Amino acid sequence: MELTTVWFVLIAVLWAGYFLLEGFDFGVGMLLPVLGRGERERRLLINTIGPVWDGNEVWLLVAGGATFAAFPEWYATLFSGFYLPLLIILVALIVRGLAFEYRGKVDSPQWRRRWDLAIIVGSYVPALLWGVAFGNIVRGVPINADHEYVGGFFNLLNPYALLGGLTTLSLFLLHGAVFLALKTDGDVRVRAGRLAYRLGFPAVALAGGFLLWTQLTHDDAWGWALSGAAALALVAGVVAARARREGWAFLAAGATLVIAVAALFVTLFPDVMPTTLAGGDSLTVTNAASTPYTLKVMTGVAVCFTPIVLLYQSWTYWVFRKRLRVEHIPVPHP
Amino acid sequence: MDALDLARWQFAVTTVYHFIFVPITIGLSALVAGLQTAWVRTGRPEYLRATKFWGKLFLINFAMGVVTGIVQEFQFGMNWSAYSRFVGDIFGAPLAIEGLLAFFLESTFLGLWIFGWDRLPKKVHLATIWLASIGTMLSAYFILAANSWMQHPVGYTVNAERGRAELTDIVAVLTNSTALVTFPHTITACFLTAGALMLAVAAWHVRRDHQPEVFRPALRLGAWVVLVAGVGVLVTGDLQARVMTEQQPMKMAAAEALYETSQPASFSVFTVGSLDGRSELASVRIPSLLSFMATGSLDGSVEGINDLQAAYVERYGEGDYVPYVPVTYWSFRLMIGFGALAMAVAALALWATRRGRRPAGRWLWIAAVSAVAMPLLANSFGWIFTEVGRQPWTVFGLFKTSESVSPSVSASHVATSLIVFTLLYGGLAVVELMLMLRYARAGAPEIVVPESDDASDEDRPLAFAY
Ligand code: HDD
Ligand code: HEM
Ligand code: HEM
Repeated sequence: MELTTVWFVLIAVLWAGYFLLEGFDFGVGMLLPVLGRGERERRLLINTIGPVWDGNEVWLLVAGGATFAAFPEWYATLFSGFYLPLLIILVALIVRGLAFEYRGKVDSPQWRRRWDLAIIVGSYVPALLWGVAFGNIVRGVPINADHEYVGGFFNLLNPYALLGGLTTLSLFLLHGAVFLALKTDGDVRVRAGRLAYRLGFPAVALAGGFLLWTQLTHDDAWGWALSGAAALALVAGVVAARARREGWAFLAAGATLVIAVAALFVTLFPDVMPTTLAGGDSLTVTNAASTPYTLKVMTGVAVCFTPIVLLYQSWTYWVFRKRLRVEHIPVPHP
Repeated sequence: MDALDLARWQFAVTTVYHFIFVPITIGLSALVAGLQTAWVRTGRPEYLRATKFWGKLFLINFAMGVVTGIVQEFQFGMNWSAYSRFVGDIFGAPLAIEGLLAFFLESTFLGLWIFGWDRLPKKVHLATIWLASIGTMLSAYFILAANSWMQHPVGYTVNAERGRAELTDIVAVLTNSTALVTFPHTITACFLTAGALMLAVAAWHVRRDHQPEVFRPALRLGAWVVLVAGVGVLVTGDLQARVMTEQQPMKMAAAEALYETSQPASFSVFTVGSLDGRSELASVRIPSLLSFMATGSLDGSVEGINDLQAAYVERYGEGDYVPYVPVTYWSFRLMIGFGALAMAVAALALWATRRGRRPAGRWLWIAAVSAVAMPLLANSFGWIFTEVGRQPWTVFGLFKTSESVSPSVSASHVATSLIVFTLLYGGLAVVELMLMLRYARAGAPEIVVPESDDASDEDRPLAFAY
C-alpha cells in the first residue's frame, strides 16, 4: 500500500477511535438531565467517564496533529474553511472539560447547575457539529484552485450535512445510554437500558437515511457494503439493548460508529476534501500529502507507539471496569 | 485592524494564557510526584496530606492547561493556514508525535492517578503520577522542538514548485541546537514557577501558624526549588543567548536596543529615555556584560541593528527586518528582572525562617506571597521576547508573518474568535483564581483512615469522585 493510503487509513482509524470513545462521553453528557435524577445520580453519571474522558479527547488532538503532519493541505483547508463551526466546537470543549473538574469544587446548587449546563451544551454542540463537518467533507465544498475554501458559513448548513449532524447526535446519545447501562448498577442501569432501546429508533432512521443518501449520491461499492454493515450493527445493538444484553449492546453501538466512519472514509477515498466548484481543485491523498520521507518517519513513530497507547488505555478501562452505584459516590468533598 | 493583526493578537493572547498554566503543570506535577514518593517511602502522614493538598491545586490548574491547549492545536490551521501549508511537512510531525507520545500519557495516567487512590496498589499508583509528569515534559520537548524550528530551521529543503519547506532530516529537527538550549531553559523556568507557587501558598499558612507541620517544610522546599531552578534558568539562559546571537543576531541587538555595532558592548540594566532606546537620558550600564552574554568573551563584538538591517536587506531583499524594539528591549529585562526578584524573595524567606523562626514583620510575608506572580510574568515576557524578537519572520529567514495568515479567513471572523476567546478566557480566569484561592486557603486535608481496609468491600464509596 502507498504510504499516503496508509495515512488516510490511519486518520480514519483515529476519527473512528475518537467517535467510539468520546461518542459515549458526549452521550453521557447529553443524558445528564434525562437520566440523572438528583445530585447523586448526576454525579454517578459523570463519574462513569471521570477517569477516561480526557484520554478520549486526545484521540481528537492526535487526529488533528496527524492530519497536519500527513496531509498539511487538508489540515489547512479544513481548519481555515470550517472556521466558525470549529470555533463553536472549541468553546464547547473548553467549558465541558472544565465542568468535569470544577463542578464538584464548590458546594452550591447554583454553581453545580451552571456547570451541568456547560456539560450538557458542551456535549450536544460537538456531537451535532462533528456530523455536520463530516457531512460537508463527504458532500464536497467550494474549494478554489488554490485549495482555499470560499464557501462562507451558511453553505455548511445544507440539509445533507445537517442530517449528518443529527446522525452523530443520535448515535452518540444511543452510545451513551448503552454505556451507562453497562457501567452503572441499580435504578440508573434499568432506566438507561430502557432509554437505549427507545433511542434506537431515531438512530436507525437518521443514520440509515444519512448512509443511504450518501451511497445514493456516491454509489461506492465498498461504501454500500460498509453502510449495510453499519446498519446491521445498529439494529443488532437496539435488539441487544431490548434484550438487556448490555455488553453486546455496547459493542454493537461502538461497531456502528466505527463502521460508519469507515463507510464515509471509503466513500471519500482517494479525495480527502472534494470541491464542488467547476474550476476548483479537489484535495486528494496525493496532492494534500506530505513528502514520502515525512510519511515514512511518521509511520515509524505510529507503528512503535500506537500499540503502547492502546495497551495502557485498555488497562485504564480494565482498572475502572466495576459498575458504579449511587452508594459508591462519596459525600461531597469541600 | 486587518486579519493579520487580529490573528497575531489572538495568537499572543491565547498562547500567553496557555503558558500561565503550562509551567505550573510541568513543575508542580513533578513536585507532587516527589511528595508522594516521600510518603510511600516513609509512610509519614504529613507527606500524604501535602500530596493531596498540592495535588488538588495542580488539578485545578491542569484542567485549564488542557482546555487552552486544544485551542492552540486548532489555531495553526484556522488562522495561519498559509503557514500550515508551507511548514506542515516539517512542523506537523513534532506536533503529531507530541500527541501520540505525550498527551496520551499525561491524560491517561492522570485519570488513573485521580481516581486510582483505592484501585491501584500504592506503588503502581505512585508510578501513574510520575508517568503523567514525564508526559508533561515530553510534551514540552516536542512543542519546543517545533517552535525551535521556527527560530532556526534545520533539516529541510525548500521545494519551490510546491511552495513549501520539506523535511529531509527528522533527527536534525529533534536535536536542533536551539531546542537543546530552549528545553532546559523552559523546564527550569517551569520549576521556578511551581516552586514560587509553593513558597507563596505555604507562606500564607505559615504566617498564620496554620498547619505548620505541612506548610513549614513546604515553604522551605518551595524556596529551595526557586533558588536551584533559578540558577538553572540563569545558566541555560546564558547558553541560549549565545546560540541566539549566532542564529538570530538581530534579536540580540533588539534585546539591547543596540543600534551601532560595539566592541566591547555593555549591558544596560535600565534606561530612561525614548522607548526604543534611540536616545537615552540616563542609564545604568554594566560594562562588557552584553559582549559576554552574546559571545562568551568580555570584549567580543556585538553587531548593531543598523549594520544587521543592511546585511539582511542584502540577503533577503528590500524590507524592514527590525523587530519592535521597545517590546524586545523591555520584555528581555522584565524576564530576567522578575526571575531574579523571585529568587531574591526565596533567599530572603529561607534566611528569615531558618531554624524554626517565624518573623513577625509584614513585608517579608507580603513579598513571599506575591512571589507567585513573578515567575509567571517572567515566563510571559520570555515568550513575548522570543516571538516578537523573531519578527518579521514566522520561520526565520524563510517565511514572513505577513505571508502566514489564512487568506480565506476574513477579518470579521478573526475578530469574532478573538473577542470570544478574550471574553471566555477572562471569565475563566476569574473562576480559576477563585478556586485556587479557595483551595489554597482551605489547607491540607486531615487524613481519615477508612474503617475497613477490605479491598473486596463492594459497597465502599470511592476514595475520590467528581
Ligand atoms: C513548554 C511547554 C509547552 C508549550 C510551549 C506549549 N504547551 Fe501545550 N501543553 C503543555 C506544554 C506546552 C503541557 C504541560 O503538556 C500541557 C499544559 C497543561 C496540560 O494539561 O498539558 C499542555 C496542554 C496542551 C494540550 C492539551 C493536551 C491534553 O488534552 O492533555 C494541547 C492540545 C496543547 N497543549 C497544544 C499546544 C500547542 C499547539 C502549543 C503551541 C502553540 C502549545 N501547546 C504550547
Ligand atoms: C511551539 C510553540 C509555539 C509556536 C509554534 C508559535 C508560533 C507562533 C506563530 C505562528 C505566531 C504568529 C506569527 C506572529 O505574529 O508572530 C506567533 C506569535 C506569537 N507567539 Fe508564538 N509560538 C509558540 C509558542 C509560544 C508561546 C508558548 C508563547 C507565549 C506564552 C508565544 C508567544 C507568542 C506571541 C506573544 C506572539 C505574537 C508576536 C507578534 O505578533 O508580534 N508563542 N507564535
Ligand atoms: C539571566 C537570566 C536570563 C537570561 C540570560 C535569559 C535568556 C533568554 C533568552 C536569550 C531567551 C530567548 C531565546 C530565543 O529567542 O532564542 C529567553 C527566552 C525565555 N526565557 Fe529567559 N533568560 C533569563 C531568565 C529567565 C527567567 C527568570 C525566566 C522565567 C522564570 C525565563 C523564561 C523564559 C522563557 C519562558 C523564554 C521563552 C522560551 C525560550 O525561548 O526558551 N528566563 N531567555
